[in-house]
Amino acid sequence: MAGADKKGKKEKILRQPMPEQEPAVRAKNFDEVPLGQSAEAAMLEAARCLQCKKPACVKGCPVEVDIPGFIDFVKAGDFTAAISRVWEKNSLPAVCGRVCPQESQCEGLCIVGKKGEPVAIGNLERFVADYERKNKKAALPAIAESTGKKVAVIGSGPSGLTVAGDLIQKGHEVTIYEAFHKPGGVLVYGIPEFRLPKEIVFSEVEGLEEMGVKLDCNNVVGRTVSLDELFEEGYDAIYLGVGAGLPTFLNIPGENLIGILSANEYLTRSNLMKAYRSEYDTPIIKGKNVITLGAGNVAMDSARTALRLGAETSRIVYRRSREEVPARQAEVHHAEEEGVEFFFLTSPVEFLGNEKGRLTGMVGLKMELGEPDASGRRRPLAVEGSEFELDCDLAIISVGAGANPLLTQSTKELELNKWGYIVADENTGKTSKKGVWAGGDIVTGSATVILAMGAGRLAADSIHDYLTLGW
Amino acid sequence: MFEIVKREEMSGGTVILNEISAPLIAKKAKPGQFVILKANETGERIPLTMANTDPEKGTITVIYMVVGKSTALFKDLKVGDIYQDVIGPLGEPTHLEKVGKVVCVGGGTGVAVLHPITRGLKEAGNDVTCIIGARTKDLLILEKEMKAASHDLKVCTDDGTYGHHGFVTDVMKKLLDEGDVKLVVGIGPVPMMKAVSNITKEYNVKTLVSLNPIMIDGTGMCGGCRVTVGGKTKFACVDGPEFDGHKVDFDELMLRLQAYTEDEKKAHEEHCDLKK
Ligand SMILES: Cc1cc2nc3c(=O)[nH]c(=O)nc-3n(C[C@H](O)[C@H](O)[C@H](O)COP(=O)(O)OP(=O)(O)OC[C@H]3O[C@@H](n4cnc5c(N)ncnc54)[C@H](O)[C@@H]3O)c2cc1C
Ligand code: SF4
Ligand code: FES
Repeated sequence: MAGADKKGKKEKILRQPMPEQEPAVRAKNFDEVPLGQSAEAAMLEAARCLQCKKPACVKGCPVEVDIPGFIDFVKAGDFTAAISRVWEKNSLPAVCGRVCPQESQCEGLCIVGKKGEPVAIGNLERFVADYERKNKKAALPAIAESTGKKVAVIGSGPSGLTVAGDLIQKGHEVTIYEAFHKPGGVLVYGIPEFRLPKEIVFSEVEGLEEMGVKLDCNNVVGRTVSLDELFEEGYDAIYLGVGAGLPTFLNIPGENLIGILSANEYLTRSNLMKAYRSEYDTPIIKGKNVITLGAGNVAMDSARTALRLGAETSRIVYRRSREEVPARQAEVHHAEEEGVEFFFLTSPVEFLGNEKGRLTGMVGLKMELGEPDASGRRRPLAVEGSEFELDCDLAIISVGAGANPLLTQSTKELELNKWGYIVADENTGKTSKKGVWAGGDIVTGSATVILAMGAGRLAADSIHDYLTLGW
Repeated sequence: MFEIVKREEMSGGTVILNEISAPLIAKKAKPGQFVILKANETGERIPLTMANTDPEKGTITVIYMVVGKSTALFKDLKVGDIYQDVIGPLGEPTHLEKVGKVVCVGGGTGVAVLHPITRGLKEAGNDVTCIIGARTKDLLILEKEMKAASHDLKVCTDDGTYGHHGFVTDVMKKLLDEGDVKLVVGIGPVPMMKAVSNITKEYNVKTLVSLNPIMIDGTGMCGGCRVTVGGKTKFACVDGPEFDGHKVDFDELMLRLQAYTEDEKKAHEEHCDLKK
């Protein structure tokens, strides 16, 4: 899809579109929304890259993937060399190509984007990762000679997977402990199939297992085994990548009615337990009129899942205005296309129920924007007397997550901040407990996949130094 | 692998005992804690409080009533079969200390949950009287075990086919009237725990109950198990499962337990039809 530019000097290639399922169709199924690009489209897209000497995009990438480098290989049609180049910095490209907020990272800084649309870096990353998964041509990273050291990684989210991958390559023995019965963390229990097919995550984990990483699921560290017991068992170092698994509720009247779930519960039932498939036993409430509170990625995922489970209306209720929506633009766009309605500047006040304790509605209150607060965002203020009712039989609370205290409380000597997150050195991930590192959402609070991976990489380097040189 | 090493049917086949190989959990578990079990890939995660553990053998014992599709699926498992997933020990253990005279009240399969707690309280040096009940004689479980775990065992049946004719609460009231009871532990169906708590409140005797709300993860991650205790929301899987019976909102719990009953009934019927 090339078109002549205004000056007509050189034919300018437009950003290659990502083919997608039609909104009306996809809103009724759980298949992935974007369908993936052809090799031709990827190569055309790669040709749009200017191969900057000082690439701005790389500065926007938390793990500093050599973006022009891999794109150059794509342009030449050498997808295997391209994936190897990406792997040098990013071990989960099929995941990141799908869920990273590129518009505020690499693509947000891309020079081509100053005058038109930026190079579709995310789509290219996804393309090369998918190509490799199908064709399996690239050589797996080499594994260094065994050091005889043992590392325990707690939590199998993107952060823990990154640490495991890095350290197994450096010759250490690595075991991942995971509380759930399946690995992947939020990638598996939180992010829905239509955005990130689970097969991709499991294939990444299988890759790690092939390299020698051991996986121990159904092990709730802090309950099944303690950190000190792991050290007694002979582990030399421990990485904590346990995520921010604590749901936040609104603390408003009626919140314990049947039909009000945290996004964590709703998404876990649907994604991890596969409640959307009839052959799976876990039940899920299939709301007719669904309200999702909050407007982050998690809220978009919930509201879109509700549509796919048969909701007639799926509404997002958010206290602030459209400008403040924290979700990725692409997610908001997809949700709107599929028919999710937005109620901005609306605050939930109370839930209403019937005699069976089931949710029947929600009272909302209109807000208006006041003076900017400390963060520079205009603060929403209640408009007095503006209460109104919305019918609903399912409400999904998606207003953020906190630090789950299960492990941290059972482990003395771990310094926590006032919100209960683990205090870890920014450059190394070292915690206050000797031999223990931490990173990802349990340190930063809910953030992104790539930041959790970046923290994992730093910690892996520091752990390697410790195992070879000392604390 | 979580292999079933022993299986028994009780209460005319409506209650099943499984002893399961789970060495890590058996080593760690304390009275009052629970596990989450999942039979196979498509199965549901079901929380069950442990009735016994054997750290040497590396086994845990659960006793459950067959009520829906998932427990019907569990029932189909034979000795040598495996549970795909067993997670635990979860929840806070019972606080076992010497307080003096203690009354343990159990109803239905709650008796199974009560068993290790009763034994623990006795071992802690308390004078433990146990009252267990069932609708009718054939449904009574663990009589022998409860007798051994306590100093004195009293048995009730609603229909008078065995032991005292009447409810466990009648017998408990008599004991409370005698005075000196320092602690009551009541575990059974929610209406029974509510009745026990209402009575002990009048006597101002501290009461522990063990709650069984719907759960998914069992690690405080979803909030599906939330219960109201003393006006505050608590997560039963991490803050409990035991709570002060005088503060629990039992009515809310009873409603919340109905969240999926319609679906469950349908699924169970389909499961039974398939087996025909
Ligand atoms: C619905 C949803 C959508 C999201 N969408 C995006 C997106 O589009 N883009 C993006 O970049 N980010 C997104 N995020 C955020 C992103 O997923 C997280 O920032 C990231 O997964 C954090 O990684 P982590 O490794 O720190 O933790 P997690 O992914 O949370 O993994 C932690 C793992 O540790 C396990 N664990 C916890 N406690 C224990 C214990 N005691 N013992 C053993 N195991 C334990 C947990 O079960 C879990 O598997 C989303 C999050 C959610 C919930
Ligand atoms: S900033 Fe854009 S054009 Fe420059 S190297 Fe990066 S992707 Fe290519
Ligand atoms: S079962 Fe999920 S928080 Fe308790």
